[in-house]
Formats: sequence, structure tokens, C-alpha cells
Amino acid sequence: MSYEATTKQLRRDILTMVYNAQSGHPGGSLSCTDILYALYYEKMNIDPKNPNKEDRDRFILSKGHAAPALYAVLANKGYFPKEDLAGFRQMGSHLQGHPDKNKTPGVDMNTGSLGQGISIACGMAIAAKYKKETYQVYTLVGDGEIQEGMVWEAAMAAAHYKLDNFTVILDHNGLQIDGSNDEVMSIGDPVAKFAAFGFQTFKVNGHDVDAVLEALNAPFEPGKPKFICCETHKGQGVSFMTDQAGWHGKAPNTELYEQAMKELEA
Amino acid sequence: MGKSLRVAYGESLVKVAEKNDKIVVLDADLAGATMTSIFKAAYPERHFDCGIAEGNMVGIAAGMAASGLIPFVSTFAIFGAGRAFEQIRNSVAYPKLNVKFGLSHSGLSVGEDGGSHQSIEDVALMREMPGMTVFVPCDPTEMEKAVNAALEINGPVYIRTGRPNVDDVTTAETPFIPGKINVMREGTDVCIMANGLMIPKALEAAELLAAEGISAEVANVHTVKPIDEEYCLAAAEKFKVIVTAEEHSIIGGLGSAVAEVIAGKGGAKFDRVGIMDKFGHSGKPDQLFAEYGLTAANIVAKVKAAL
Repeated sequence: MSYEATTKQLRRDILTMVYNAQSGHPGGSLSCTDILYALYYEKMNIDPKNPNKEDRDRFILSKGHAAPALYAVLANKGYFPKEDLAGFRQMGSHLQGHPDKNKTPGVDMNTGSLGQGISIACGMAIAAKYKKETYQVYTLVGDGEIQEGMVWEAAMAAAHYKLDNFTVILDHNGLQIDGSNDEVMSIGDPVAKFAAFGFQTFKVNGHDVDAVLEALNAPFEPGKPKFICCETHKGQGVSFMTDQAGWHGKAPNTELYEQAMKELEA
Repeated sequence: MGKSLRVAYGESLVKVAEKNDKIVVLDADLAGATMTSIFKAAYPERHFDCGIAEGNMVGIAAGMAASGLIPFVSTFAIFGAGRAFEQIRNSVAYPKLNVKFGLSHSGLSVGEDGGSHQSIEDVALMREMPGMTVFVPCDPTEMEKAVNAALEINGPVYIRTGRPNVDDVTTAETPFIPGKINVMREGTDVCIMANGLMIPKALEAAELLAAEGISAEVANVHTVKPIDEEYCLAAAEKFKVIVTAEEHSIIGGLGSAVAEVIAGKGGAKFDRVGIMDKFGHSGKPDQLFAEYGLTAANIVAKVKAAL
């Protein structure tokens, strides 16, 4: 399946999950869909049939509320049956509102409390160095999320421990629950900030998979972690959700769901 | 005086690390105070300073545990159990990760640093978390057993350590079974259930009571969670009075744990010795213990008032 067809499928799955549950976070799931595609379909060393294989690359969804995007990718990659997606956020389902490594195959860590995933990923990268393993560790943070001080504690540690096996990706859609980043708490220039913390930095269009891959494939500068700022649109792919903060954590009604599905037809 | 619990903790880490290369130690710029400096001297490449950033230290430990290592996280109890509470809750306890917390400078025995640094609520905070084991060792010998026992548990463990030097009241032969009370003195009339630095006070109280013809049992509750329900329920039937004694707030610690088990059961009257919902302040540990009623005399007074 082509990249376009696959990411449309992933977006349809995201919307169907949120619509079925009548809860969840569509906006920030749609903004990171192409980034997750680049990681899971092109970049990472993974085996959906052996989700815990020792030398796999690790991915931590630090912005854990984008769980629908991660679940859509994992299901389409074959980590678990696609019909499981229908249970998202419901009683008895392994697909929790926020990711749970002990319930869902392919999830590398429980996340959802913002700021913690990047720190955990940093610990995994330190552990890889300590154990002399060669796997890579990737984490995806939200732009509202980097208001958490813990993100910068982790950034400091990543540079201090010279983690050139660690990539922090920012889903920079500019919006969070209460409005734009600048209305809520300006984050300034995240690229300059991560550069100042000692990261090798990149800035790309987060909906251009080739551009994301180019940054992912760029060799590490020895001893430096990598930061990729992905410029994205919240709600990407669905006209009425695009760049709307109001679609952060809201489910569409039937009419809007059907309209969105039409827009995302292959 | 013997040595401190924190020195015993640092020495114990060196011993267990010799046999297990998965053990790593994390500190937040307090290695010289938590005494993980002893470990750092022996295994510099296995000691990770995380700087003054306790939340991130817990996250790093979680990532290490998820990668198959066994991290021991150390800082002061107030900054670990307190400041990093939610990181421990969501990044360690919720995903059921194998991280050990050896948190020092608990209770009033911190002394001169004062109320900002005296953690009086760490046992309550850690006890709240599903799956967390909580050890409160009483002396250096028991500390070494607690560190070893923590390694036998595949999951998060909290070990409360402390600042002052203390004498051993247990020996290498004294049993240490997680979740099982250790009876340090048998008695028939009343039961004093204590832990940590209140064990010597409880033993002294039992002596004072014996002089007045009251036979007191002293139970060392080194494991506050899981609490020894079997012993507590039997004690509520067997004794006229149960008094708990802890260097911790009376809200949420050992006294609460025992009360939760025996409420509505048995016939024993019940009271608690602990810090009465107040912050500490600067002073020598023994002065503070006297002011806050963490004394043998106060235990005796509570026992006699209930009898």
C-alpha cells in the first residue's frame, strides 16, 4: 500500500476509534500520524510478531493522549488484531485511554502524564549504552508537553550522558487544550532551546514523510542526542478539525464522523 | 553508637552489586548524604548522578528497569517520595517496574536541617501505591536484610533510610521475612508495634512497663506494606492494648496501617505514638524526639491510659 493510502487508513482508524468510544484525542493523533508512519513503516527495527525482541528499537509516545494514532499503527502493523480497535477506551479492552505496556503488545511504556515519557526514553537510552546494545530510542513529545519542567531535566540528562542513540521528536502543531501555545504559555523557539541544551537539531514539515525520514536517517553527531522539530497541523487530514484547538479531546458526532471518513477515502 | 542506616544502605548496595551486574544506582547530587557515595567509589560506572532533578531521576530509573536493569534510586525522602511522588506513581508503580527506592533523611532524626527536610509523610505516600512494598528498617543489620529482600521482589520497593548513627538491636540471625512481623520481646498484656528508630524506644518502654508489672510484647513492623494482617488480627484478640510507635506522621503511616486491619476486630484498645500532624523544626534529633513525644515515656503513658 502506498504511503498516502496507508496514512489515510490510519487516520480513518483513529477517527473510528474516537467516534466509537465517543471520547479520546483526535486532533493530536492526526497531527502525528505521518511521523508514526515514518518510524514504524520505514525506520525502526521492529518485529510485530515478536514485540519484545531484545534488540528492537524503542518508541515512547510521551504525548500519551495520542494513543489512537499509536494503536492504529500497531494494529495495522499486525501487533494485534485490527478488530481490537473497536474496544478503544471501553471496559474489557486492552486499549486503554492512555498506553499501557502491560496490556497492549508493542507498547514500550505506560505514558499519559506529560513530561514523563521523554525521561523514561532517556533512561532506556542510558541503559542501552550501559549494556552496550545498539538499538535506538525514539520519543514523541507534544508542544504543550514541553511546558513541563521535567522535559528539560531529561534534555539536560540526554546531553550530559552523550546519548547519540536517542531522538526526541516534537509534534509542533501549535495548539493545546486551552488554545494556542502562545495564548497558554509561549514555548518560544524549541529548536533553539534544544540546541542550547546540546542537541543536534532538525526542523521539518511533519506531514512530509520523506523530510521526516531524512532527519531520522541523518547520522548522529558523536555524543549528541537528536531533536527533530516536526511542524504539523492539529487535526491534519480532516478539514473541519485542522488547526482547531477544540478538537484536542473531543469526539465527532455521526454527521461529522461521516464527513471526515469521506474526506479520508482512499 | 553504631553506624547510620544510610551507611549500611550504601555498604549493602556494594555487596549485592558484586553478585548482580544488573544493579545500578541513581542519585540526585546527594551521594555524599544518602551514602551511595560508598557504591560510587566501588562501581563508578554503575552510579548515575542525575543532578538536582528528582522527577527525571525516577523517569530514568523507569526506563532502565524497562530495559532489564535493577535501579536503586536514592535521594532524601522528601524529594523522592514527596517531590517525585507522581513520577513514582505513574512511571514505576503503574507499569509495575522493578525499581527500588532507598530514600534517606526520613523523619525528625534529620535534625538541624529542619522542617523543610524532615520527611514525616513518605511512608503514607508510598503505602498508597498499588504494588509497592514498604520497608522501614530499624538498624544497620536489618538494612542489609531489607536491601537483599528488595532484590527478591520483582516490583517496586521503598526502603526508608535515615541520617543518625544507631545501635544494632537485631543480629544477623534475627529473621527478616517481608510482610511478617518480627516479635522482639514476648508479652501477654499489651502490644507495642513499632518500626525504625522507635524500636529501641519500644523496647525501653517494655522494660518500664515490666517494672510496673505490665507485660508488653514488642513487635517490629519492618514491613509496613504488605502489613502482617494475621499478626495484627491475632494481637487485637490477644492483648488488652495495642500502641503503635513510628517516626512519622500519625496520619497514613504504621499506625494507620494497623488501624485499617484491626478496626472493628478484636477487643484491644488502640492508640498511636507518632508525629501529631505537625511539621518538624531544627534541633538535635534527641531534643526533637522528646518534644514530639517519640519517647519510651510517651509509649508507656499511652499504654497505661488505654489499660
